[in-house]
Amino acid sequence: MGDTFLTRRRSTPIFLICLAVLVLVVTLMSEPAGTGAISTSFLKTLGKTLCLCLVAVAMDLVWGYTGILSLGHMAFFGLGGYMIGMWLMYERTRLIVAESLAGAPIPPTDGEIVSAIASQIFGVVGSSDFPLVWMFAHSLPLQLALVVAVPGLLALVFGWLAFRSRVTGVYLSILTQAMTLALSLYLFQNDSGLRGNNGLSGLQNIPGLSGLPQSVISLWFFWGSALALALGYIFAAWIVSGKFGSVIRGIRDDEARVRFLGYPVEGFKLFVFTVTGIIAGIAGALYYPQAGIINPAELAPIASIYLAVWVAIGGRGRLYGAVIGAAFVSLVSTWFTGGQAPDIDLGVYTIQWVDWWLILLGVSFVLVTILAPQGIGGLFDLATRRRRKTSTGPDAGSLRAPEAAE
Amino acid sequence: MTQLLEVDGVSVSFDGFKAINNLSFSIGPAELRAVIGPNGAGKTTFMDIVTGKTKPDSGSVLWGARNRSLLKMSESQIARAGVGRKFQRPTVFEDQSVFANLLMALKKTRGPFSVLFYRPSSEDADKVRELAGQIGLAAQIDRLSGELSHGQKQWLEIGMLLAQEPRLMLVDEPAAGMTPAEREHTTDLLKRAASSCAVVVVEHDMDFVRRLGCRVTVLHEGSVLAEGSIDHVTSDPQVIDVYLGR
Amino acid sequence: MRWVQILAVLVVALMPPALTAQEGASLAPAEASADLDEIQALLQEHRELIEESSRRTIAPAIDALASSGLPAAREVLRNWQEKELWQRQSDGLFFFVREAEGDDMVHLIDIATGEVVGTVDDGDLDQLKPNSGIRGLIGGALVQFQLRDDDPAMRAEGLQAIERGPEEGHLGILRTMIQEESDATLAARAERLERLMTISFGESEDARIEAIASFRGDTGVDVRAALNPLLATRREVIAGEAPEQPEGNLARELRPGSEALSRMDAYAMLVSADLAPAPMDASAQKSALAANIVDGRVGGIPVAELNTVKARDRAYIALASAGTVAPAATEAEIDAALESHSFLEWYRTPSADITRAAETTLGSIELALASSQGADLLLDALSLASIYFLAAIGLAITFGVMGVINMAHGEFIMMGAYTGYVVQQFVPNYTISLVVALPLAFAVTFAAGVALERLVIRWLYHRPLETLLATFGISIALQQLAKNIFGTQARPLTAPSWLDGALSFNDIISISYIRVAIFVLALVFLAFILLVLNRTRLGLEVRAVTQNPRMAAAMGINTSRINMLTFGLGSGIAGIAGVAIGLFAQVTSELGQGYIVQSFMTVVVGGVGNIWGTLAGAVLIGFFQKGIEWLNPSNTLAAQTYMILFIILFIQVRPRGIVALKGRAAEA
Repeated sequence: MGDTFLTRRRSTPIFLICLAVLVLVVTLMSEPAGTGAISTSFLKTLGKTLCLCLVAVAMDLVWGYTGILSLGHMAFFGLGGYMIGMWLMYERTRLIVAESLAGAPIPPTDGEIVSAIASQIFGVVGSSDFPLVWMFAHSLPLQLALVVAVPGLLALVFGWLAFRSRVTGVYLSILTQAMTLALSLYLFQNDSGLRGNNGLSGLQNIPGLSGLPQSVISLWFFWGSALALALGYIFAAWIVSGKFGSVIRGIRDDEARVRFLGYPVEGFKLFVFTVTGIIAGIAGALYYPQAGIINPAELAPIASIYLAVWVAIGGRGRLYGAVIGAAFVSLVSTWFTGGQAPDIDLGVYTIQWVDWWLILLGVSFVLVTILAPQGIGGLFDLATRRRRKTSTGPDAGSLRAPEAAE
Repeated sequence: MTQLLEVDGVSVSFDGFKAINNLSFSIGPAELRAVIGPNGAGKTTFMDIVTGKTKPDSGSVLWGARNRSLLKMSESQIARAGVGRKFQRPTVFEDQSVFANLLMALKKTRGPFSVLFYRPSSEDADKVRELAGQIGLAAQIDRLSGELSHGQKQWLEIGMLLAQEPRLMLVDEPAAGMTPAEREHTTDLLKRAASSCAVVVVEHDMDFVRRLGCRVTVLHEGSVLAEGSIDHVTSDPQVIDVYLGR
Repeated sequence: MRWVQILAVLVVALMPPALTAQEGASLAPAEASADLDEIQALLQEHRELIEESSRRTIAPAIDALASSGLPAAREVLRNWQEKELWQRQSDGLFFFVREAEGDDMVHLIDIATGEVVGTVDDGDLDQLKPNSGIRGLIGGALVQFQLRDDDPAMRAEGLQAIERGPEEGHLGILRTMIQEESDATLAARAERLERLMTISFGESEDARIEAIASFRGDTGVDVRAALNPLLATRREVIAGEAPEQPEGNLARELRPGSEALSRMDAYAMLVSADLAPAPMDASAQKSALAANIVDGRVGGIPVAELNTVKARDRAYIALASAGTVAPAATEAEIDAALESHSFLEWYRTPSADITRAAETTLGSIELALASSQGADLLLDALSLASIYFLAAIGLAITFGVMGVINMAHGEFIMMGAYTGYVVQQFVPNYTISLVVALPLAFAVTFAAGVALERLVIRWLYHRPLETLLATFGISIALQQLAKNIFGTQARPLTAPSWLDGALSFNDIISISYIRVAIFVLALVFLAFILLVLNRTRLGLEVRAVTQNPRMAAAMGINTSRINMLTFGLGSGIAGIAGVAIGLFAQVTSELGQGYIVQSFMTVVVGGVGNIWGTLAGAVLIGFFQKGIEWLNPSNTLAAQTYMILFIILFIQVRPRGIVALKGRAAEA
């Protein structure tokens, strides 16, 4: 058979072309290109949005295709951010410390430099020693490896425990939510070794690039995020295209049936859960240097639920739906909460969107769930007149066996 | 002749209710067997036990020439060992095409990584088309299986069962909701399948069972009430009592 | 001079009754004049000490007054203590004063008779201003008068004064009082105090040991305060081995490098006892090196190479051998010095018998304390469990009966709490407002639950994941709505005064009445739910729908109505839980959010679809959380983290919860 998954799914090349056009347009309009039609802060917003799109693709893979409503993927996202943040913070502090110690009559020992860095970084939590988790922070390659390894390993261990004991459906959602809560509560402690609720900050200053203006660094990160999204999208499209895609969609629709076909369902779920956890971690590692700061609140369960909301509004079970949902909702949210949206004067009461945006989001989300389960992506079906008859999700689901419901 | 499947002294109870009570059952490598019994006789639970969905409280389930115990294996391991199952209600993957459904069932390595890198060869595609022809769905091969009629879904499921190339097929009420013509076709399919592997058919419909023309096991209240040819069991006073007495 | 006499009578009449009674007899003129001389003479005798007014030297003056036996002594002491004793500059005589008419004019009052003896300008008078130390000593001296007082309240005050600052001299007075005391409570109190003071001031060692032993298992703070000083220690370093038979009360010998005495602390003891040279710390070494840079080299080593510890050591040794700096103790020398000395810890109390007795008693007290704390912990855990039960029971009903996850459940709790707050704005009486708020909160959240079921959940049956997300949408909308209406700051929901305070069993075991009330409320709800489910038609229908919705529908049960009512009931209970939680927590829009995950955990751990399961889950989680907090009291965040980890592991063992349904229906 001559066709590859790229030609078989028309949406993938279309998406890649759209993304390329976006990158080109944004680059031409950015400050380094001379036009400056797009401000550096908006460029950062766009770059961050691309990272959110990437994690949404991962979410779609795990929820839209495999039917696991994970409320923990933003925790993997945050962990990725923490991992890269540790190196950024360590290295930048090291440069500052080295500079300040350079003037001393006696050159500093390595031990003195490390303890000076430690007291700089951990002064806010009343400590001056490096915790064990920072043991690789001095090395960019190792810390980059941790960006993949830490979320991946957490997803692997958690997924193994959860899937092994056949926790499914809403139980699994709640369990992932509990995991996220436990992680964020742990990070909130001052002795977690990651600066408690202060989190890691100053991440937008990339060590060694202090000579470059933020506008250039932002553009680089925008390109990097776009590249990561493109690669992530292609990878996800490849995963769902072949028999693997058939099997995971089968798991989503009727897990028991797939099991009776002889497929080790737990292994498939674990694979998808771990791979998407890693993708989320990479997305986070690209996101937080653009955001500049990460703290445990970013890992709170609510963030992961928002992720599910983006995917649902965009339309799950199709990768471009997840991207559209994440981009649309997060940009609109920025617009509304940033105070740019015009107030609506009702005479007796003025609706200020800063206060009412969440209500609008909540209500519209409920409406989308009930009235348009296909989300924004469903509009494309109308356009192409493609009929999708069935629902995209475990319906009666794993909570009640089909035979029990008879 | 060694048996393919030997169920011996199996009991299981749910909250005090004995669904299966000291059940013993065996079937040879290429045998067609019908299992009948009134509602609540334990037919579906029996299948659940063999396929690993339900773990019995006591008893043993031995499989194949080497007498491996199925009780220690998971559902997917049992399925890979060669036990195929068709559910009472047709369960096919409705938002995937007939081709994808059959391809998924095709006997191949089932691990996540080999599945990930699997791309169908032309022999595989031919095999799937051949199967589709056998179950009379050659024309529907690219349609979503959700769009098929009830009977076609039943056939698709039997086709998926055949694609698995199992050594034992457990078929739960294959003819339910079928027109007489469709039943005929189903009977042929099952009979043909029984030439290469063991087939256990659970059915209510006596006419259908009679048409299969095979040994019949009658279940009642979780254990075997009678076993033998259809004429033998239908003349058994106990069976008559159970079916007609109350 | 007639008006002076009238005034004198008035002053006597205005004096406190106790004083009048006491002085009544001594007001006869002859005795009065003699008395005057005596008390004034006594004061004059100690005039220099009194004028010096120093805590160190004043004691003889106070003692003389207190032991004089003069009736006026008590009044003088009291006035002195309250800074109402004045001294005339011209002759040094002491008076009380009272303000008179006219600027700066005061009446002089005789300290013995209480008679006004003149009116003068206060420029001639000095106020005695005893400092707090002296006032304490005077207070101590006054105690004996108080203990002899007729008024039990005064005697109690005297006991309290001794309890605050026990002194050796009080012991005798106390013993006299015990023999005469008629009030049983006071006698017991005095007797305990006497034993307590015997610990410190007992005449014989045996008496002290007996007193110490008598307090075994007594958890009072005062006992520990009396015993701990007995076990105070001091540390000493001596050359060579520890003596075989130590002179004094040796507590133990310390090993350097042990937990009690770190290696560097041990060496610091040697240094401060001038038994060893000071060690060289890194920063001192560094500044010594920096001070001796010669031509970019230190001790022959280029400065640029001094970026390792070894190079610095070499440079320093080079400097030391050149005599530029003092040699520093090397690690080996430190070890040798530590090896050749013994580190001893001595009890300050010389008697080994007493320290042993004190240790035994403290040990038994520790044990008693631990068991009390255990009991207190159980109460805490019980109250936490009842809060979780209240928060989760509504959820358990909706989840168990309908298979519906309601993420907005926490917001229903919040709604209930705000309902309570709003009611209090209109009904000022806290008791009545609570009585109004409970049913009202039920009604409000019942209505909200029914509305949610009709408008949202009904359309999503059999799509549990989507129900979860849709109700989450409701949850964020409701939270923001509450923020818009009530603002972001916390609103108080005040408990009625009869719920203030705590039920305490001893110093340690206590539980606030609000928590008792919540416990009772949880029990009431458990009974209520069990009653509704097991004894009413509604309950029967609910159970039928839970077990087999299609069959129930076929039997003529209106499942849609049952679902609606069930959801309303679950939500209504959340509202009542909200009022209860609001009583001890601040009411904010995020109130419910804090409970939602714990509630889900409770339901999941307990097992879905069973009230007893929810109860078991709440008890397990409540006790477990308190248990972790007890092991690591400083860190409640860690407790929650570990609890969630525990739950994840628990589900490995019992995926269907504590009380699991079995059978085909339960197997998914």
